[in-house]
Amino acid sequence: MSIVIENLSFTYGKKTPYKKQALKNVSFTVNEGDFLGIIGHTGSGKSTLIQHINGLIKLEEGKIKVFDIDLSQKKPDLKLLRRKVGMVFQYPEYQLFDETVEKDVAFGPKNLKMSDEEIKQSVKEAIELVGLDYESIKDKSPFEISGGQKRRVAIAGVIAMKPKVLILDEPTAGLDPKGKEEILELILKLKESSAHTVIMIGHDIDELSRYVKRLIVLNDGQLVYDAKPAKLFENREKLEEMGLDVPIAYKLKCALSEKGVKMGEVANDDDFVREYLKIYKEKKN
Amino acid sequence: MRDFAFGQYYPTGSVVHRLDPRVKIILSLFYLVIIFFVVSYVTYLIVALFLLFVVLISKIPVLSVLKSVKAVIFLLVFTAVLNIFFYKEGKVIAEWGIIVITAQGIDFAVKMILRLSLLVMGSSILMFTSTPTEITDGMEYLMAPLKFVRFPVHDVAIIMSIALRFIPTLMEETDKIIMAQKARGAAFDCGKFTERVKAVVPILIPLFASSFRRAEELALALDTRCYDATPKRTRMKKLKAGWKDFIAVIIVAALGTVILLDKYYFLSFDRMIENALGWNLWGA
Ligand SMILES: Nc1ncnc2c1ncn2[C@@H]1O[C@H](COP(=O)(O)OP(=O)(O)OP(=O)(O)O)[C@@H](O)[C@H]1O
Ligand SMILES: [Mg+2]
Repeated sequence: MSIVIENLSFTYGKKTPYKKQALKNVSFTVNEGDFLGIIGHTGSGKSTLIQHINGLIKLEEGKIKVFDIDLSQKKPDLKLLRRKVGMVFQYPEYQLFDETVEKDVAFGPKNLKMSDEEIKQSVKEAIELVGLDYESIKDKSPFEISGGQKRRVAIAGVIAMKPKVLILDEPTAGLDPKGKEEILELILKLKESSAHTVIMIGHDIDELSRYVKRLIVLNDGQLVYDAKPAKLFENREKLEEMGLDVPIAYKLKCALSEKGVKMGEVANDDDFVREYLKIYKEKKN
Repeated sequence: MRDFAFGQYYPTGSVVHRLDPRVKIILSLFYLVIIFFVVSYVTYLIVALFLLFVVLISKIPVLSVLKSVKAVIFLLVFTAVLNIFFYKEGKVIAEWGIIVITAQGIDFAVKMILRLSLLVMGSSILMFTSTPTEITDGMEYLMAPLKFVRFPVHDVAIIMSIALRFIPTLMEETDKIIMAQKARGAAFDCGKFTERVKAVVPILIPLFASSFRRAEELALALDTRCYDATPKRTRMKKLKAGWKDFIAVIIVAALGTVILLDKYYFLSFDRMIENALGWNLWGA
């Protein structure tokens, strides 16, 4: 198991009038190779949760173990942790700072004290992996490229550190449909080629259910569901109470079932088409 | 929002919070000036008790007011030490080579620490009990006479309120950027001095970039809504001074009177006590 979280609780601004409990008794595990999605209404604690996994927020209550690194210990090896867990923040393009794209992507590997050879190699690989042309972009300023390119560069900056687990906080926020699609395809590609375990926060349920194999639902700091998408949506009413939607494909399935057409498990468009064809073929025979 | 003791509004809805900000600003300024007239330990005690009184009725935790001193603690200790070691006049207590410690030196240093900490704590109370908007509103009123010398009071006020409005936003942003760079393995809290200075670059540049972006967006938003600072504008919240403001003025005035009496009429309560007890601390 790569990540084990037990009874994690966290309160912001303890001892101030602004105090806010962001996480309440959250427990779950992530296995190697998982593609995990986290959803929840805005302010439900998603970002707080994943920042814990990377040791960016000091553990207060509960236990977190990432590979062999026990974060409940007094002085966990944060450097090792950050090498293993790569984290792409919301709007990651806002963290670019260096003169050239190449230098910016090299920031992480440099901090990890990789050798110069290794740095050059992994930077090149990362930039190519996110679908940019290394030669033409490496000497450009990260402030003069387009928004979508910036986001790719920022993701490359994390990939270049060769993390085992990749965590992304709303990686498609603020992109147009095509840009979203490209970033999602990129994540899928990354999952297959470099980081094998991926955790992704998202708002768009249609988008998430198309990719992830497992969904965690947070509501007001509590983990309410942890299930595979098709199973999760059976709690449609409860989800809607929490301000969450179900995918259109699932809604169609419900609408059809009201008319007496029973389908198997449906979480996304592909499932819907498959199930529909099944019924269609049965009818024909 | 994170732990940031100095200049953080702390809502409790107490009487102090509800005072007219103009009155609060004037009283705070008066307090800042009058502190420099305090000469005796007895009056320092009186001022400290006064502060405690204000803190208690404003329901701010005493600890967060004390914490506001933390920001200047280095300055305090540094100047105090310098004063103790280099104040040459008066009754010598200890002596090593060129270093001479005198009773007057210690007296001076202690009083300076007291004065500066009371100063910082006093002004932090204004920040704890008034929102940034209240403060700028109050300032705008108080600076109104400057309009006659063509000073753009309203523009300055709007600039100030925008600046104040964005402090928490920028702090949040800084937090986020620091986290993002930490996630990329940046170490801000260790290493040599030069390394630490270098480590600031990955934070400052994104922060500047986002400040400019925000400034541009805000300017556009103001323009598209035809904002114009020059015509006579009305206010949403009219400030009104009332009874409680009057009482606050009386209390602070009383404090001022005690301090001035001590300095100019009684010539230090400390001396009176020393004389009464027959002590000779200063080696006359
Ligand atoms: N630095 C902070 N200081 C104080 N409170 C915070 C801080 N960051 C988040 N919070 C509060 O903690 C709660 C959880 O925030 P979090 O950012 O984890 O939510 P989220 O699920 O990521 O929301 P979103 O979908 O909007 O990104 C919110 O109520 C938020 O206001
Ligand atoms: Mg978030």
